[in-house]
Amino acid sequence: MLLNSNKASTLVLAEHEGGSIKAQSLSAVVAANSISQDNSVSMLLAGSGSSLQQAAKRAATCHPSVSQVLVADSDKFEYPLAEPWAKLVQLVQQKGGYTHVIATSGSFGKNILPRAAALLDVSPVTDVVEINGAHQFVRPIYAGNALCTVRYTGSSPCMLTVRSTSFPVPPISANAKSDGAPISQVDLSTLDEDSIGKSRYIKLSSEDTERPDLGSARIVVTGGRALKSAENFKMIEKLAEKLGAAVGATRAAVDAGFVPNELQVGQTGKIVAPELYMAFGVSGAIQHLAGMKDSKVIVAVNKDADAPIFQVADYGLVGDLFEVIPELLEKLPEKK
Amino acid sequence: MKIMVAVKRVVDYAVKIRVKPDKSGVETQNVKMSMNPFCEIALEEALKIKEAGLAKEVVAVTMGPANCVDTLRTGLAMGADRGIHVEAASELVPLTVAKLLKRLVEVENPGLLILGKQAIDDDCNQTGQMIAGLLGWPQGTFASKVVLDKEKQMATVDREVDGGLETLCLDLPAVITTDLRLNQPRYATLPNIMKAKSKPIKKYTPQELNVEIKSDLEVVQVTEPPKRKAGVILSSVDELIDKLKSEAHVI
Repeated sequence: MLLNSNKASTLVLAEHEGGSIKAQSLSAVVAANSISQDNSVSMLLAGSGSSLQQAAKRAATCHPSVSQVLVADSDKFEYPLAEPWAKLVQLVQQKGGYTHVIATSGSFGKNILPRAAALLDVSPVTDVVEINGAHQFVRPIYAGNALCTVRYTGSSPCMLTVRSTSFPVPPISANAKSDGAPISQVDLSTLDEDSIGKSRYIKLSSEDTERPDLGSARIVVTGGRALKSAENFKMIEKLAEKLGAAVGATRAAVDAGFVPNELQVGQTGKIVAPELYMAFGVSGAIQHLAGMKDSKVIVAVNKDADAPIFQVADYGLVGDLFEVIPELLEKLPEKK
Repeated sequence: MKIMVAVKRVVDYAVKIRVKPDKSGVETQNVKMSMNPFCEIALEEALKIKEAGLAKEVVAVTMGPANCVDTLRTGLAMGADRGIHVEAASELVPLTVAKLLKRLVEVENPGLLILGKQAIDDDCNQTGQMIAGLLGWPQGTFASKVVLDKEKQMATVDREVDGGLETLCLDLPAVITTDLRLNQPRYATLPNIMKAKSKPIKKYTPQELNVEIKSDLEVVQVTEPPKRKAGVILSSVDELIDKLKSEAHVI
């Protein structure tokens, strides 16, 4: 499809929960702004019932760049499964002819976007950290030890997943005037049913916590295997609570069963870039660094002065975390 | 049931990679290469399923230049029954790999296709999802547990997702991509390495499979990430708190 070279139209695949748009979905909107000055952004939501329609209303005013909200309301989307979502993206793309399709690079986007790209016969570019124009992107390779700049030379749509830590969402001013973008329901009568129904959602096991979300917290406190037990890991949790921080963990700590998998920070876990990252008993393996080396300030506490973590830390303390953490708990100011 | 496992030859995970001075890519000459760790996990899972009596045969597939056969031999040594090598001189993008895999699936008719969730060189995390889309098969990505029900022809898959652990039920045939905690891959024993030398490897070319090698992605350059400036080692918790407050202004 030939298009005016500077005009773009972007479809953002968004997630919602409890009637609200998930914060990380907005990073995809911010990324859309880097693609072109002249870009109309449509936000696609899927689900069923009143919480979907409520989310749609919120989506209409969630960001000044969103010019349209598309809603796919059906039982098939009660849970965001890849098979119906990929067909939905194919349907919406075929009707809308977008130049770009973007999702945030979390488990939703990573699961769905490549499948949709295959249906549309295009190569997606995943885990983008920088956009240099409509068709040139930078993405990390080799656990972030190298950056690859790629140019997309295929036909529309150009499909991307973007790292939310690379496209932070500026606070939207409370009096952002908008009546809101128009909301329209996607006509699902021609949705291709093949492959839908072959997968069924059973359950989600997650930790109930009031701590801030790891992916977007301002401060993250991470523990490694040196904590030695799930019981000891509670020290990390106490410190996090004192700082109003999220809790992170290394692969080793998760493998050992100290904490659940969703706390893993690293190449194949969560990517975080908080203002302050504190790592206790973390050696600093390449794969862990991949998940946190873009943090603004890194603090490392480890008994081993040669631990690789000290090469990325701004402030290091060579010492026993079982002494340092209690001392920190005692001396840190209460969070405001 | 037959299980097909796709495996990739990559720079070993412990190697400290270097970017070539001409920025054309990462240095891979004279560098230790291994089977992608996630692919090892994929193969291990297939072998466990076969050992539990739920599958008859495990076929390992790899794509790329002649040296990829090393990886296939490792897979055969771990216990795969047969190997398939799709010979291709150049780098293949995931879409092309998916198209080639689709043709192989049409030839071999496996009940399960297992891949690693991502290759640790390009970190794409796309191929499994793409082949599932092309085949119209359900997908269980980032799997940390797989339980097969042979009678109901279903797989119950636990997946590691942002919010925790999600459980899905997939009708077979299905595509599964493996995450770190799914299993601990076995080492190939010396007797098995010897036995592997006589296991068959079938070669295909992309032309024979009717797939055009083309790419809609062009590498412009490969660079090093910005380096962090060196930090300091402090001598007390008091000093740390002070620095965080007065110098870094983060608390």
